Amino acid sequence: MAINTDKNSYTIIFAIIMVIVVGSILAGFANGLKPKIKENQRFEKQQNILYAMGVNENEGPNDVTFVSTDKVEEQFHKYITKQLVIQGDDITENDEAYLIDIKKEETKAKDPDYTRKLPLFIGEKDGKEIYVIPVRGKGLWDAIWGFVAVDKSMTIQGVFYDHKGETPGLGAEINQRYFMDDFTGESFLHGGAFEGIEVSKSNNDPTNTNTDDNKVDAIAGATITGDGVAAMLRKDVKMYVPYFKSLQE
Amino acid sequence: MGLLSKKDSKLILDPLADNNPITIQVLGICSALAITAQLKPSIVMAISVLFVMGVGNVVISLMRNIIPSKIRIIVQLIVVATLVIIVDQVLKAFAYELSKELSVFIGLIITNCIIMGRFEAFALGNGPWRSFLDGIGNAAGYGVILVIVGFFRELLGSGTLFGFPVLGNPVTKTGLYGIGYENNGFMVLPPMALIVVGIIIWVQRSRNKELIEEN
Repeated sequence: MAINTDKNSYTIIFAIIMVIVVGSILAGFANGLKPKIKENQRFEKQQNILYAMGVNENEGPNDVTFVSTDKVEEQFHKYITKQLVIQGDDITENDEAYLIDIKKEETKAKDPDYTRKLPLFIGEKDGKEIYVIPVRGKGLWDAIWGFVAVDKSMTIQGVFYDHKGETPGLGAEINQRYFMDDFTGESFLHGGAFEGIEVSKSNNDPTNTNTDDNKVDAIAGATITGDGVAAMLRKDVKMYVPYFKSLQE
Repeated sequence: MGLLSKKDSKLILDPLADNNPITIQVLGICSALAITAQLKPSIVMAISVLFVMGVGNVVISLMRNIIPSKIRIIVQLIVVATLVIIVDQVLKAFAYELSKELSVFIGLIITNCIIMGRFEAFALGNGPWRSFLDGIGNAAGYGVILVIVGFFRELLGSGTLFGFPVLGNPVTKTGLYGIGYENNGFMVLPPMALIVVGIIIWVQRSRNKELIEEN
């Protein structure tokens, strides 16, 4: 073959063809696998919501084991009886409320004319009505998010947190049992007033025996991630307070 | 090996020992530190690199006569990047948990110097079959070290293998823990990977004196 591969025109044509070929291969792959990836993400969300309300497959005291993916859809519909979308005073039922992207809603809410959609999942476990609130905030490096399960009076029944890229061994520990379990029993409402939960360095209560102080023990070395968790709860749970007040009336 | 000629089998076997990309050429160290805290991600990483290098070397080798030399590094990058994205998407679709665990490191295969190194040094000058063998060999040499390091770090750091407790339960003090054994938390941290790789390098060079470089 006598192609002069050093010519400029050849180089440019080669580059163009290469980009087109590679682009179509990748587009094909992305399209083909998209439904499967979407489904995985959906299952993960369902698993997280169920975990927050205490439906999981934990065995040991440190386990964080979700309901397995082949059962999660069925369990989700069994335990979550109602999904609401709260938009201002407008409350509608929507079976796909859990698919609402909190991040996108956050961006949209920057527009003052837009009333943010707030998804809320209502479930029942052991005869108790549980409300699961999705939250999202900032850690040290990247996003953190979670689900907070509360009862009618906004007392926490369980939480689940996760993160995108917190420091392993420090901030990343927010998805461990010893941190998440501490939140159970704390309450957001005190005499009708909303109060956040502080992730405190001076709490000295590693197993959270005092559930009235609105404080849980921080993780050593993860101050900013811990503050991020507290800020996330204060900011996102607060938006649901009007709804819970209307329940109590 | 009857299947391969002597020269060909050398392509596979050399990088496994005497010309190992990690311990002899000291390439690809960064990813070796990051993902070897446990055995499972180490193995997945090894397999992913095996795929990317095997296929990548063949693709580059097939195109070696038509790649304009002015942009050959860019072309190599595109080939690696494409393969890595495919691996990433496939993992997300069929091994979601694992892909979350490996998250950014799959993307970082692109920057693994072993891959670009083999494209440039071997695939650009050799036929597809020999390039394929060379790719597989080097990726396997990389993978072997990854698995060895992952094995020791998980065993000594967490007392488990593939997540199963093999040394007893540290909470209820059964097995080895019953007689006062403790997990070495330092093993889980990245510096220990360097030290383990260092020990492997030392063992390898003291067994084969020819590998010791003269300064």
